[in-house]
Amino acid sequence: MSLPAATSQTVGPFFSIGFTWQNVDHLAPAGVSGERVKIVGCVLDGDGQPVPDGIVEIWQANSHGKYAHPEDTQEKPFEKGFTGYGRVPTDEEGRFSFTTIKPGPAPGPDGPGGEKTLQAPHIVVSVFMRGLLRRLVTRIYFPDEPANTSDFALNKVDPSRRNTLIAKRIDSGSGSLQWDVILQGPNETVFFDV
Amino acid sequence: MANIVGYRRPREGTQPPHLHPAYRSSIKRAPQKPLVYLPHTLSEITGPLFGPEASNVKACDLTRQHSGEPLGERIIVSGRVLDEDGRSIPHMLIEIWQANAAGRYLHKQDQHDAPLDPNFAGSGHTLSDAEGRYRFVTVKPGAYPWKNHHNAWRPAHIHFSIFGPAFATRVVTQMYFPGDALLPFDPIFNCTADEEARNRLISLFDWETTIPEQALGYRFDIILNGREATPMESNHGGKR
Repeated sequence: MSLPAATSQTVGPFFSIGFTWQNVDHLAPAGVSGERVKIVGCVLDGDGQPVPDGIVEIWQANSHGKYAHPEDTQEKPFEKGFTGYGRVPTDEEGRFSFTTIKPGPAPGPDGPGGEKTLQAPHIVVSVFMRGLLRRLVTRIYFPDEPANTSDFALNKVDPSRRNTLIAKRIDSGSGSLQWDVILQGPNETVFFDV
Repeated sequence: MANIVGYRRPREGTQPPHLHPAYRSSIKRAPQKPLVYLPHTLSEITGPLFGPEASNVKACDLTRQHSGEPLGERIIVSGRVLDEDGRSIPHMLIEIWQANAAGRYLHKQDQHDAPLDPNFAGSGHTLSDAEGRYRFVTVKPGAYPWKNHHNAWRPAHIHFSIFGPAFATRVVTQMYFPGDALLPFDPIFNCTADEEARNRLISLFDWETTIPEQALGYRFDIILNGREATPMESNHGGKR
């Protein structure tokens, strides 16, 4: 190891001029299989004020639990037209939303006896904004998902905070889920060191 | 999918803390609870990749995006995308954005009383080539005032965003210019404790890429997290 990885710096307040061209809020065009979900949320600061200059990036597997990436060597189908990448800015009220499909379960770390495990369906998330010198990393999990109880990442989190990672159903008919990013305070979202 | 090979964590002191009170905006936005350490899984060692459609001549030459030429000092910013072991990383998306030569961003929230340039939008993107090299043509951004503290001025900088090969390697940083008198006073530049890591944010003036009569060259290599060691690695020793 001869060179240290680049030091992170804030995106500042004006990142939209660099990012907008590659923003994606609809990840799953027609023909992509899977349960459609719309995820809406809000980014709130330590005063509970909305963050109007944030950006949320997501990465997820397809409905079979396969990532569109050469290091995913699982024998599972690709979904043509589904990359698993999304990026959405927050609006003046700190809100963001994206429409995607619920990912399938991806492999987790091997168990203590070398047995294979699966992670619960989840989306990995990077959050950037003015005031953040480095990105925040978190995960979105899904409600009513039995696999959540055995998910290795959720089990690394204090039980009282796990609910910050699990989206809430806001309208059972439409499939809309709510998942907020709370930067500080008693309900602070769990952020991961990756 | 056994034996996931993760990416290395940052070396001590080489990344900024979330809370850096001298940078006032961090006070209400930095998380207060400790981060939860997560070993890398397939979710972190994969990440979005972008194909050749993400690269075009206009997108990497910020001086050719309008009918006329922008004002300012024309520069060439080039370098390589490398990992911590010095291996080049090809085909990586790099996005940049910056103020114009007068220190003004083409953004509705930028209220700095400096002129916009109708021939400069200040954003671009490209992919690193097969050897990890990239190159942008642009103009040197101006310094500009901000409200962080009395008489606060940001040193001239260009924002860089790189996804890298995996979710774990995603980084957004800023490139500065050598000899900028504002650097010692800038809380954002100075947020990182490790001086060597900090100074790597400063590009190097480069005669080799300077074009006579046309543009000054600055070199800025982008180093991404290296890979954890694995027993398999000896089999791939030839790649170096």
